[in-house]
This record gives sequence, C-alpha cells and structure tokens, in this order.
Amino acid sequence: MNIDLLTLWSEQPGISLLVWLIILIVIMYCGRKQAHQVLYSTGRAFYSVMRLFSKALGKMEQQLTERNRDILLAAGADNLERAIEREFVRVNTVISRDLGAYPALHRQISDAIDKIEKDYQEATDSPPLPPAWLDAVESIAAIPRSGDPAVCKILKNIHKTVESAYRETEKEFQKNTLERHRLLGGLQPMWRSMTQTMNKVKGKIDNLDERSKHIDQHMDNYEKMRAGDQDIMRVLAASSLTQFFISGLVLIVAILGGLINFQLIAMPMSEMVGGTSYIGSLKTSDIAALVIILIEIAMGLFLMESLRITRLFPIIGSMDDTMRKRMLIITFVILTILASIEASLAYMRDLLAMDREALNQSLAGGATGVVEAQFRWIPSIGQMIMGFILPFALAFVAIPLESFIHSTRTVLGMIFVTVLRVIAIVARLSGSFINHLSKMLVSAYDLIIMIPLTLEKLIVSQQSAYKKKREEDLLYQHDNEPYRVEKLSGNVTEEKA
Amino acid sequence: MKSIIHLIMAAPIITIAPLIFLLMSLTGCGEIKNNNRAVYLLLDTSGTYSKELSKAQLIMNYLLATLDSGDSIAIARIDSGSFSEKDIIVKATFDQRPSTANSQKRKFKETLDGFVKTMSRGSNHTDISGGLLQAAEYLYETGAAEKHVLIFSDLEEDLVKGHIRKFDLPLDGIHVSALNVTKLRSDNVDPRDYLKRLEQWQNRIQEGGGEWRVINDLERLDNLIVQR
Repeated sequence: MNIDLLTLWSEQPGISLLVWLIILIVIMYCGRKQAHQVLYSTGRAFYSVMRLFSKALGKMEQQLTERNRDILLAAGADNLERAIEREFVRVNTVISRDLGAYPALHRQISDAIDKIEKDYQEATDSPPLPPAWLDAVESIAAIPRSGDPAVCKILKNIHKTVESAYRETEKEFQKNTLERHRLLGGLQPMWRSMTQTMNKVKGKIDNLDERSKHIDQHMDNYEKMRAGDQDIMRVLAASSLTQFFISGLVLIVAILGGLINFQLIAMPMSEMVGGTSYIGSLKTSDIAALVIILIEIAMGLFLMESLRITRLFPIIGSMDDTMRKRMLIITFVILTILASIEASLAYMRDLLAMDREALNQSLAGGATGVVEAQFRWIPSIGQMIMGFILPFALAFVAIPLESFIHSTRTVLGMIFVTVLRVIAIVARLSGSFINHLSKMLVSAYDLIIMIPLTLEKLIVSQQSAYKKKREEDLLYQHDNEPYRVEKLSGNVTEEKA
Repeated sequence: MKSIIHLIMAAPIITIAPLIFLLMSLTGCGEIKNNNRAVYLLLDTSGTYSKELSKAQLIMNYLLATLDSGDSIAIARIDSGSFSEKDIIVKATFDQRPSTANSQKRKFKETLDGFVKTMSRGSNHTDISGGLLQAAEYLYETGAAEKHVLIFSDLEEDLVKGHIRKFDLPLDGIHVSALNVTKLRSDNVDPRDYLKRLEQWQNRIQEGGGEWRVINDLERLDNLIVQR
C-alpha cells in the first residue's frame, strides 16, 4: 500500500516523493491560516484548561490544608485536654489524699500552739516576792541597838528569821526555775514536730504549685492552639509524624507477634475443624486460627476502651462507670478464656508435632513410638506460656493502633497536599509547555512551506512596490495636472456609487 | 495422665466449637475447594519382579509422609487378573484430624510390611491393564482433585489366554507414573525392546487421556507428588 503510494506519480520513488512533497506543501500553504488557528487555539485552550485545573487543585489543596489543620488542632486539643485532665486528677489526688486531712492537721497545729503558749506562760520567770512582814522587820532592824542585849538578841533573832525567810524564798525560786526549765525543755520536741508538720504542708503546697504551673503551661498551649499559632502547628505536625512512625513500628512488631501466635494455633486447629476443608484457597483451620487472633485483638480493644486508655469507641468511653466496669470484667474474662484456649492449643500442637515426628521416624526406618527426650517438657511449657501471654500482649495493640489511626489521618493529609501541589505544578507547567509547543509548531509549519511563503513575500513586496510607485506617480501627476486627479477621483466616486 | 492430656485436648474443642460452627455457617456459602489427592500404587508380583518388592516399601513410606488428611491411598498387586477388588492389599482415606491420620498411616504401614513379608511366590501372569482399570475406578470414586497411579513394574504385560485388554483405558485426568522399570534379559540383548515397551505404554496412557512419566531412580521421588 505504502509502496503503491510512493510510486503513484512516477516509477522513480524519488520523483514520486517529490511530487507528494509539493502537493503537501501546496495543501499546507493553502490551509496555512486555518492550521495556524488550530494550533494557536489548541495551545491556548490547553493552557487555559491546565491553568484552571491547576487553580482547582490549588483550591483543593487549600481546603485539604485547612482540614489537616483542623485535624491537627483537634488532635492536639484532645491530647492537651487529656493532659490537663490528668493534671487535675493528680491535683485532686493530692488534695484528697494529703490536704483532705487538713482540718485535723490544723487542729493538731492549733493544739500544739495552745499547749506551747500555755507552757510558755507557765514558764514565765517571776521572782518570788519577799514576805509582807519583811518591811516591818526591816524597820525594827533599823532601830539603833544602843548596846541593849535584849534588843540585840531580838534583832539577832529577827536577822535569823529574815535570812531563813530569804533562803526559803531562794529555794522556792530555784524550784520554780527548775520547773520552768523542765517546761521549756518539753517545748523543744513540740517545736520540732511543728516544724516537721509545717515542712510537710510546704511540700504538699509546693507539689500543688508545681502541678498548677503545668496546668498553666498546658492552658497557655491550649490558648495558642485556639489562636492558631504557627509554632504550635509545626510542633503538632512534627509530633504527628513521630507518632506515625513509632506506632507503625510497634504495629509491625505486633503483627509479627500475631504471626507467631498464628503459627502456634493454626496446626492444632486442624484437629477441630479438619485439615482438609478449604475456603477459597485458604485452609479453614487457618481461617479459624486467624479469627481467634482477631477476636483477641478486638477484646483487647474493648478492654483498653473500658479502661479509658484509648478512645476509639466513644460509646464505650461515655458509658456510666458501672456498665463500663461490667464490660471491663467481661472482656477480661473472655480474653483470659481465649488465652487459656491458646495455651492448650499450643500444648496440643506440641503433642501433634511429637506424634508426627515419631511417625516420620518409623517411616524412615527408625525406632517406633514417641521419642521422650530428657528436657522435652521445656519447649512444651514454653509454648503453653507463649500461648497464654501472647493474647494479652496483643490486647495492648489498641494503644499504638489508636495513635497510628490518628496520626495516619494527618500524615495522609500531608501526603495528599503534597501530591496535589505537585500535580498542580505539573499541570501548570504542561499547559505552558503545550502553549509554547503550539507556537513552535506554527513556526515549524511555516518552515515546511517556506518556499511558497518566500514567493508570496516576494510577490507582495513587488505588489507593494508597484503600488507605491503608482501612488508616487499619481502624486507627481497631481502636482503637474491637478485637474486629472480631480477627474480620476471623480471616476473613483462614480465607481463607488 | 492420659485422661488429663485428653481433657486438655478436648477443652479447646468444646470451647471453640461453637465459634467455629458460627464461622463455618457464615462462610458456608463460599466456594469450598477440593484439594484432596488420591494415589493408587500397583505392585507387580509376577515371578520376575517379585524380588523388587522391598523397594516398594520405600515408595510407600514416601507416600505416607507426603499425603495428608483427606487424601486417599490404595496399594494393589498386579497378578494374573488384576481387575478385581481382591487385589487391593490395603487402602485408606486419611481422617480430617491429623492425629487420627497418623494412626491410620501407622496401621497402613504395618499391613503392607506384613504383605511384603508373607509374599512367597509370584503370579504366573502380569495383568497391568486390569490393574490400571481397577486403579482408575478407585481414583474416580474418591473424587479427589489430583489423581495418581504409580506402577511399580517392569511393564512387561503377560496376559492369561482369553483376557481382553486391547482397548482404550479411561484415564482422563490421571497422572500415571512408572517406577523402577527394570530391564529384562531380552532388553539387554536388544535395548530397542525396552524403549519400544515404554513407548507403547506412553501411547496407551496418553490415548486414554492420562499423563505419563517414568522414574527409575527411586531417590528422585521428591517431585512425584507435590508436598503441601
């Protein structure tokens, strides 16, 4: 077909090709204007469409960014609310545990102060007053003796009496002083006790003060978050990414644990559901083992929800405490039953493996019967323990799962934003490229038909030169023969009419 | 102690059974795939070949180790008239529970070992075609997805006068494998006899719709049946 076309005009392909080329050039020359329009309009249309598309993507990106921001804010606010709640719970604990007994403490301190005051007052140093008759004695003693022996004797007696009275007073004073010292000595442990009590109170108040500072800080962050502070947004985004990777890592570990669990119970499951039935391409026993593991994970989720550690199911979190506790007990019991079943399945697996081993040995020509190795019980016990522990370990998957789900929302949002941005840029670039390409194609088109174009240009330039020359001639004639010009213009008017 | 073990083994069955029943009933509407395999081993007990029977035990051990719960196996002898149920030495379809299947395998092995020990004299004739017919009948009855006939013989058919076996064998979808095809004295004189004999059997099996292969080295049984 192609060869026929190539030799349509001549037996010589070269000549035929030349004819085709000429025809093509002629056709292209004839349709030059239309082709230019098609190329220009196509390029322009594509450019406009791509520009619109890019703008639409930009708008979508903006919406998505806002949505991401809302999600981040919601997640951050949720975390902060939890942190503030936790701080308040701690404050509540401190107040109810330590400061709950404050009235008793206050009474104790007050009693101690009263006692100290009383003791202090009792310990006041009041010198003993001399007897009231001493003034009279002093007056008598001041009477001149005048050598009268009777008077002297009386005075001596008075002197002795006075001295004995002073000695007694001094003794009384010393006794009182000792008593006061004893009382003051007794005050010392009370002061110490008071100091200790006050130190304790100070510690508790300091703790409360610390907590209140934390709460203040959280509240500040919360306020900043509400105000849409960019620093906080960046911190939240970084935290979300960190959470995504960490929880993803923990989930991978959990999946590996689940696989080990699956291996433990898949084989003995065939004892229950049979080893021959298949659902699709999967063994029914494998599916049954998988279902048990999934149920364990589901129970773990409910357990964590009931403990209010996770918040994946708001309906569980919002249950009243009695119902929640019931749910907690039920899920824990189911989990324990499943763990026990897994432990027994793990033991059964060991028995089956031993039986199979014995059969293989007998088939290989070895001794028949179950091989009883000395420490054969160790792996059996180990498998049983693993079978019991793994379901509980899997129950904790709920925690990284929640983090992963929450962080995935923001991370996916970020990825979508980036993808949209890239697509928008590519769309814009491709629109511009096509627009320029259409211009290049127009030039290329003209390049192909450059010979007729050159000819056209020559003809046009000749025509214009001729026209110019004619106009000049006319002007010249006008200058020389004005009436002829008038006549000519009259002709033109007539022709127009 | 045994009762405790049984109790431990039974505990999960009692507890999980309702759950599994629920699962089975939920998924019961789905497609249940039949992956079972059935193997029929024909042992040549003719005079020239009967001394090779000890090697057949190797094949049986391989089969027992390879086959699983739900699979079927039968071992039959090739004698003067092999198209008969009486020639089946031992047959079994392994239980769904692996532990029971293991017990069946042990019993199976004991039976065949006993047969090989008590086998004193070989048959006068060799009716391989009759054995193949019997094998096909058994295999189709099992309804297995994968059907194998293993012929442990020198493939030298020697029919009783009057027995008619010259017709197409119905072996559609059956994999026929000739094992340990020993060379006869005459084959050594003219090896073309041996090759011709193999070719004849190949044509016959393939005309019947079966697949043909020869494995003479019993150490290469690994790929005979794909292990699951």
